[in-house]
Amino acid sequence: MISSDLQTVLPELVLAVYAMAALMWAVYRGKDAEAPMLFGLTALVLAGIGLWIGLQSAGTTTAFNGAFINDGFARFTKVIVLFSAAIVLLMSQQYLKRNALLKFEFPILISLAVVGMMMMISAGDLMSLYLGLELQSLALYVIAAFRRDSARSTEAGLKYFVLGALSSGLLLYGASLIYGYTGTTSFSGITAAIGTEKLSPGLLIGMVFLITGFAFKVSAVPFHMWAPDVYEGSPTPVTAFFATAPKAAALALFARVMFDAFGGVTGEWGQIVALLSLLSMFLGAIAAIGQTNIKRLMAYSSIGHMGFALMGLAAGTQEGVQAMLIYLVVYVTMNIGVFAFILNMEKDGQAVTDISALNMYSRVEPLRAVALMVLMFSLAGIPPMVGFFSKFFVLKAAVNADLAWLAIGGVIASVIGAFYYLRIIYLMYFGEPKEALDGSMPAFHWAALMASAFVMVAGAINLFGVESLAGAAAATLLK
Amino acid sequence: MDNLLSIVTFLPMVAAGILALFLRGEDEAAQKAAKWLALFATSAVFVISIAIYVQFDPAAPGFQMVEEYNWIAGLKYKVGVDGISVLFVLLTTFLMPLVIGASWNVTSRVKEYMIAFLVLETLLISVFTALDLILFYVVFEAGLIPMFLIVGIWGGKDRVYASFKFFLYTLLGSVLMLIAMIAMYMQAGTTDIPTLLQFQFSSSTLTILGFQIVGGAQSLMFLAFLASFAVKLPMWPVHTWLPDAHVQAPTAGSVLLASILLKLGGYGFLRFSLPMFPVGAEVWSNLILWLSVIAIIYTSLVALVQVDMKKLIAYSSVAHMGFVTMGIFAFNKQGLDGAIFIMVSHGLIAGALFLLVGVIYDRMHTREIAAYGGLATRMPAYALIFMFFTMANVGLPGTSGFVGEFLTLVGIFQVNTWVAFFATTGVILSAGYALWLYRRVVFGDLIKESLKSIADLSAREKWIFAPLVALTLLLGIYPSLVLDIIGPAVDTLLNNMEPQLAAAKAVALAVGN
Repeated sequence: MISSDLQTVLPELVLAVYAMAALMWAVYRGKDAEAPMLFGLTALVLAGIGLWIGLQSAGTTTAFNGAFINDGFARFTKVIVLFSAAIVLLMSQQYLKRNALLKFEFPILISLAVVGMMMMISAGDLMSLYLGLELQSLALYVIAAFRRDSARSTEAGLKYFVLGALSSGLLLYGASLIYGYTGTTSFSGITAAIGTEKLSPGLLIGMVFLITGFAFKVSAVPFHMWAPDVYEGSPTPVTAFFATAPKAAALALFARVMFDAFGGVTGEWGQIVALLSLLSMFLGAIAAIGQTNIKRLMAYSSIGHMGFALMGLAAGTQEGVQAMLIYLVVYVTMNIGVFAFILNMEKDGQAVTDISALNMYSRVEPLRAVALMVLMFSLAGIPPMVGFFSKFFVLKAAVNADLAWLAIGGVIASVIGAFYYLRIIYLMYFGEPKEALDGSMPAFHWAALMASAFVMVAGAINLFGVESLAGAAAATLLK
Repeated sequence: MDNLLSIVTFLPMVAAGILALFLRGEDEAAQKAAKWLALFATSAVFVISIAIYVQFDPAAPGFQMVEEYNWIAGLKYKVGVDGISVLFVLLTTFLMPLVIGASWNVTSRVKEYMIAFLVLETLLISVFTALDLILFYVVFEAGLIPMFLIVGIWGGKDRVYASFKFFLYTLLGSVLMLIAMIAMYMQAGTTDIPTLLQFQFSSSTLTILGFQIVGGAQSLMFLAFLASFAVKLPMWPVHTWLPDAHVQAPTAGSVLLASILLKLGGYGFLRFSLPMFPVGAEVWSNLILWLSVIAIIYTSLVALVQVDMKKLIAYSSVAHMGFVTMGIFAFNKQGLDGAIFIMVSHGLIAGALFLLVGVIYDRMHTREIAAYGGLATRMPAYALIFMFFTMANVGLPGTSGFVGEFLTLVGIFQVNTWVAFFATTGVILSAGYALWLYRRVVFGDLIKESLKSIADLSAREKWIFAPLVALTLLLGIYPSLVLDIIGPAVDTLLNNMEPQLAAAKAVALAVGN
C-alpha cells in the first residue's frame, strides 16, 4: 500500500529530496560559490522531472487515501509549471549575477516552491491543498524580498506576506466551515455530501471563503492589490517567476477544487467566478493604461489575463477547462518571452523599467523589437497571433455556456487593453529618438525571446497540438 | 492548378519572407532591391490572378476553386471565390503593383515598408477568399497590424493619433462581430460559410431584460456584424477615423485604405449580413438607408469646406460609401449590382485621386489646397489626368463612376422615393466639391513663386496612371465586364433572401396587428 503511494508521489519526493540535499551540500561546501552550478543543476532537475511527468502513462492514480491525485489534468499543469520554472531559473542567473544577488538559496527556494505547486495541483483533500499552498507561498514570500538591501524589495516581500497570510486565513476558515458541514476534508467526500442540490448557507460561506483565497493567489480582482507592488518591488527574475509558474499552479488548484469538490453545483460558483473574471479583465485593462513602469504594466496585464483564464473556468464545462488550459500555456509562453526582454532592459549597466526607455528601440535592435512587437500583439489578442486563439477558445466556451454577457464584457475589455500594448509598439516604432537602451542580451535570453515570438506566429497553423492535449487533460478533471 | 487561390494569396507573403530573411543593409542598392522585388512579386501575383479570372465560370452558382484543409478547433482553412469576391481579389492584385510603384520615393526603412505592404496584400486577398467564418475574422483583423504600422511609421505629423484611432476604432467594431460569429457557430454547429449561407438563423422575437427584440437572434447578430462593417466601410457617424487615417497615411497607404480596405465593409454586408440574417437586415434596413442619406449629404457638405486635399477626398469616399450601403439595403438587383459596381469603380477612382495628390505632395510637401493654383500651365498631363478622375468621381457618363451611382439610384427609387430624392442631391454636391477642388488647384493663374518650377508627371507616374485611366473608361463604356460576373451571384443572393423575407414580413404584420 505504502509503496504504491510512494510510487505515485515519486516526482514530488525526488524534487523535495533534491532541494534538501542541495541545501546541505551548498551550506557545507562553498555556499554562494556553488550558486552558478546549482542554478544549472536545479533547472536540469526541474526540466528532467517535467519530462518524466510528461512521459508518464495515461490514467489516474491516487495516493494517501485520495489526498493526492495524479491524473491527466495534474500532469498537464505540472509540465507547464516545471518547464516554465526551469526556463525562468536559467534566465535569472545573469541578472542576479549583475546585481550581486547570485545566492545559492535562490534555486533551492524555487524548487521548494515548485514542490508546493505540484502538491497544490494534485491535491485531493483540503489538508494536502493547504500544505501545498503554504509551502509554495512561504518560498515565494522569501524570494519576493530577495534583494535584502532594497527597501522596495523588502516592502514587496512584507506586503505579499501580510496579504498572503490574510488570504490563507480566509481559506483555512472556509476549509473548516466546509469540514464542519460535510464532515470530511476529501474532495470526493465533499462532493458526495453536497449532492447536486442547493448549498446550505454554511457551505456556501465556506466555499466563498475558499474562492477568496484562490482569487488572491491568482490575483483576480478584487483581491489583486498585492500584485502591482510585488511585481514592481521584487527583483525582475522573481517577477518573471511570479508571472508564470505560480499563476498556472493556482489556477489549476482553483479548477481542481471547484470541479472535484463542488462539481455537482457548478451553478453556485459559476456566477462568482464569472464576476471575478469580468472585474479582472476590466481592471487589468483600465489600470494598466496609466502605467509607465513595465513591471507594473505586466502586473496589470497578468491580472487581465487571469480574468480571461477564469472565464474558461466560469463556463463550468469541459470545453471551458480545456480553454483555460490552452490559455495558460499561451500566457506562460508569452510571459517568458516578454520577461526575457525585460530582464535585459539596461542602460549603462543600470536596469531600466520605465517604458519610455523603449523609444525608437526598433532602430537599435530591429530583431528584438520585432519579437517584442509580436508578443505585444499576441498579448493584446490580435489575430493571427496565438494570443487571439487562446482568447477565442475561452470566448467560445463562455458563449456555449450561456455566458454571452461575460464574453461581450471580455472583448470590450480586450479592446481597452489593446491600447497599452499598442503603446509599447508605438514607443518602439514611432516614438521620438532618445538615448537608447544598450543592454546586450545573453544567448539564452535571446533564444527564449525569439522562440516565444516564433511560437506566437507559427502556432496559428496548428497550436502545436496543445489543443488536443489540453482537451484530454480537461476530460480527466471532469471525468 | 488546383490551388491557384492559395498561390495568389501566399506569394506576397513568401516575397515578404525573402525580404525579411535575405536582404541586409539600408543603402541605396538594398532599397532598390527591396522595391524591385516587391514590384516583381505583386506584378507576378496580378498575372497569376488573371488565370483565376479566366478559369472562373460566372454562370456556375456557388463557390469555385475551393480548397479545404483542416485547421485547429474544428475550424477549416477553406478558400474559394464566387462572382462577388473574385472581382475584389482582382481589384486587390491589380492595385498592388501600382501602389508599390507609387512608393518609389520612400527612403526610410524601405525593406520594412515593402514587407508591410506585401503582408497586407496576402491578408486582403484572404479576406475576400476566406470561406470559414473564423478564418475570415482572423485575416480581417490581422490586416489592422500592417496598416497600423504603415500609418504609424511612415505617416505624417499626427500619425500616432491617427494610427491609434484607426486601430482601436476598428478593433472595437470587430470584437462584437467575433461574439456574433461564436454564437452562429453554436447555433449552426459549423463555421463553413457556404453551409451558413443556407442555414436559417432563428428570427422569432426575443425578450431580453424586458425589451422586445424583433427579428430575435438574427437582429442581434446583424447588429454585431453592423458594428464591425459600419466602422470599416465607414458609415456615418462612425466614419471619423477615416479622414485622420487618410491624411496621415503615406500615399500608398491612403490608396490601399480607400481602394480596398473600405470595401471590406461592403463585402461583409454582401457575404454575411444580407444572406445570413435577411430578417435582421430587413428590420434595420430603414435605419441604414437614412444613415446612408445623411452620410451622402453631410459628408459631401463637409468635403466642401476642407482645406486639405486628402481630407476632401476622404470625405468624398465616405459619401460614395453611402451610395454603397444604400444600394445594398435596397434589396433588389439594380441596387446590389450598383453597390458592387461603385465599390469596384471607387477603388479605381479614389485610388487614382490619392495618387494624384501624392504626385504634387511629393513635389511640394504640402496638401493644402491654398498652396496650389494654376498647375495647368506647368503640368498639362497632370491636369488632364486630374480632370479625368475628377469627372469620374462626379459620375460623368462614360466613366465607371456613372454606372454604379445610376444603378443604385434606380434600385433605391423602387423601394423608397424619398431616400432616392435626397441621395440624388449628393450627386450635385459631389460635382460641387470635386470641381471646385479642381478649379482651385489646377486652374487660375500660376502666381505662387514655389510652383513656378514644378515638373510634370514623370514616365513612372504616367505608367501608374495609364492602367487606371484605361480601366475606368473601359468599365464606364462596357460595364457588362463587371455586371456579367456579379449577376448570377447577386441573383443567388436575392433568391436565398426572398423566402425568409416573406416569412419575416408575415411575422412583422402579425406583430403590428
